Amino acid sequence: MKILLVEDEKELLEAISVSLIKEYFIVETAVDYPTALEKILVYNYDCILLDIMLPGGSGLQLLEQLKQLRKSENVIIISAKDSLDDKLIGLELGADDYLTKPFHMAELNARVKAVLRRKKLDGKNTIETTNLVLDLNERQLFVDGEEVVLNRKEFDVLNYFLLNVNRLITKSSLAEHVWGDNIDQTDNFDFIYYQIKNLRKKLQAVNAAIEIESVYGVGYKMVER
Amino acid sequence: MKLLNKSLKYLSISIFLIVSVWSVIFYINMLDEIHDSIDDGLENYKLLIVQKAVDDSTVLKKNHFDESNYAVREISESIALSMKDRYVDTLMYMQDEDDLEPVRILTTAFENHGHFYELKIINSMVEEDDLIEDLFWSVFWLYFILVASIIIINNILLRNLWKPFYDFLNQITTFRLGRNKELPEITTDVKEFNSLKNAVNTLLQHSLETYEHQKQFIENASHELQTPLAVATSKLELLLEKGSIAATEAESLAQVLEIIERLVRLNKSLLLLTKIENKQFFDKQRISINGIVAQTVNDLEEFAEFKDIKIIVNEVSDLSVQMDLSLANIIVSNLVKNALFHNVTNGVVTIDIIANRIKVSNTGKMEELNAYKIFGRFYKSTDKESTGTGLGLAIVKAICGMYGFVVSYHFENKQHYFEVQFNEG
Repeated sequence: MKILLVEDEKELLEAISVSLIKEYFIVETAVDYPTALEKILVYNYDCILLDIMLPGGSGLQLLEQLKQLRKSENVIIISAKDSLDDKLIGLELGADDYLTKPFHMAELNARVKAVLRRKKLDGKNTIETTNLVLDLNERQLFVDGEEVVLNRKEFDVLNYFLLNVNRLITKSSLAEHVWGDNIDQTDNFDFIYYQIKNLRKKLQAVNAAIEIESVYGVGYKMVER
Repeated sequence: MKLLNKSLKYLSISIFLIVSVWSVIFYINMLDEIHDSIDDGLENYKLLIVQKAVDDSTVLKKNHFDESNYAVREISESIALSMKDRYVDTLMYMQDEDDLEPVRILTTAFENHGHFYELKIINSMVEEDDLIEDLFWSVFWLYFILVASIIIINNILLRNLWKPFYDFLNQITTFRLGRNKELPEITTDVKEFNSLKNAVNTLLQHSLETYEHQKQFIENASHELQTPLAVATSKLELLLEKGSIAATEAESLAQVLEIIERLVRLNKSLLLLTKIENKQFFDKQRISINGIVAQTVNDLEEFAEFKDIKIIVNEVSDLSVQMDLSLANIIVSNLVKNALFHNVTNGVVTIDIIANRIKVSNTGKMEELNAYKIFGRFYKSTDKESTGTGLGLAIVKAICGMYGFVVSYHFENKQHYFEVQFNEG
């Protein structure tokens, strides 16, 4: 899977690349408009992460180019501007998603994988690891072929973990992803712990081959047992 | 006191003084003139009588006034020579009035064929009390008419003259920074009013610019912070992921990450506030508040359960409002979150949807909060160390302010009530 990352802030570019490479993606980068345009015209990418404010031009201009080339459907805009206008224009030009900076690495992974999955959608929409099968359409979990009943939030939590296997998921990232902006106070992260504890119990009970590890109290990591 | 009345007060007092002084002087002058003219008449009479007496001796025999207006009496030479013309005001019985009336008497002496006579000539005088009374009433009416006309002139003329001023004043009173784009206008050729307009508008312009700069600054600062914050969070997350760091160091890093996340939330809230104030939400659609409440309660369900708080929703009516969807979500979720976070174990949150209002009430601290302060920015509750942004209710208030909704707080029956009234204009 090849990903083009267009971002002018070098530090952020590096951090995102490292994170994406960990997910075994091939990452190419561009720090300005001309470089990005050249790469777009020459190569095909499975996913393009596009910053809007770039030296030498706007990400939206690039998006227009991509639309003309019929390649805009796998673009995720990453912008510091949480502007409704930009979002609307971006999505109108065919971008698949819009992520506002700053974002969690886990969230970016989840969005990238969602785009990729939509792209190669071949009828079934499932995530399969070890003895787990997560059916995203039916919102069901099967362990060793047996269905495990999860409530809506537990399903979302598990889904998020499965999109970020072996990666750190911070509590706030998890809270944001599953509960939106609703649980956004750190003093309430005990609540996240409680939710994870319940999910762990359910996974252990059915002998799932994965487990959720705690990472320095800041977050969790899903690992194979 | 209105300017109109104030000027009327001073004018009527000064006119009263002027008219009074004027009437006294006028009275004295008039009386003097009357005396003068009577005295001239008496003098003329005297000459006529003295001339007539030379030929007609009956004149000399007329010792009493009776039907005529003079009396003659013979006197010694020495008295006559020492006598001077004297004018005296006195009273005399008048038959027509059947009363004593003021008269003026000229007492003089003359010589006729070697004899000396004293001559008294009378002439009826004006009655001073009548004169004063007449004068008083004339002056009174003059004063009355003057004041009345001033009132009328004031009301018509001054009101018209001051109209631009009052218009302008009205515009300034309703002027709000950030809401009005047009500066107050005044249409007049009066120099003072135009100067006033210029002075006020310069001041307003300055305030507007400051206000705009401040808004711009917050927006820019928040935007510019996004990328560095993004770099910091992603780097820290990657670092923590490595797993090769010692636990204590990792903990410190985790704390830093948490603080940065707090910064991110704070920054987001500030940006949101600025956007609300800049009116950058144009999306308007009919939104079911009932639906949003149901969604919010659903999202917060597990959290409420975890804190042992019961959420009760009473839907008395269906409420739908024309507004931006994300802002409607923010209003409802901020109110419910607020009610949950500042609650007690085994507490209750009640959400009532009645007519055009949504009322969120919760158990919590047993004392009333400062209704003014809680909607202010960065207000933090004192009961515990809170890591909230302190902007939640300020955001609710800003959204309500933008749409003209009314948000209020009160404390009743040990419950904190937050109410939003969706007035559609």
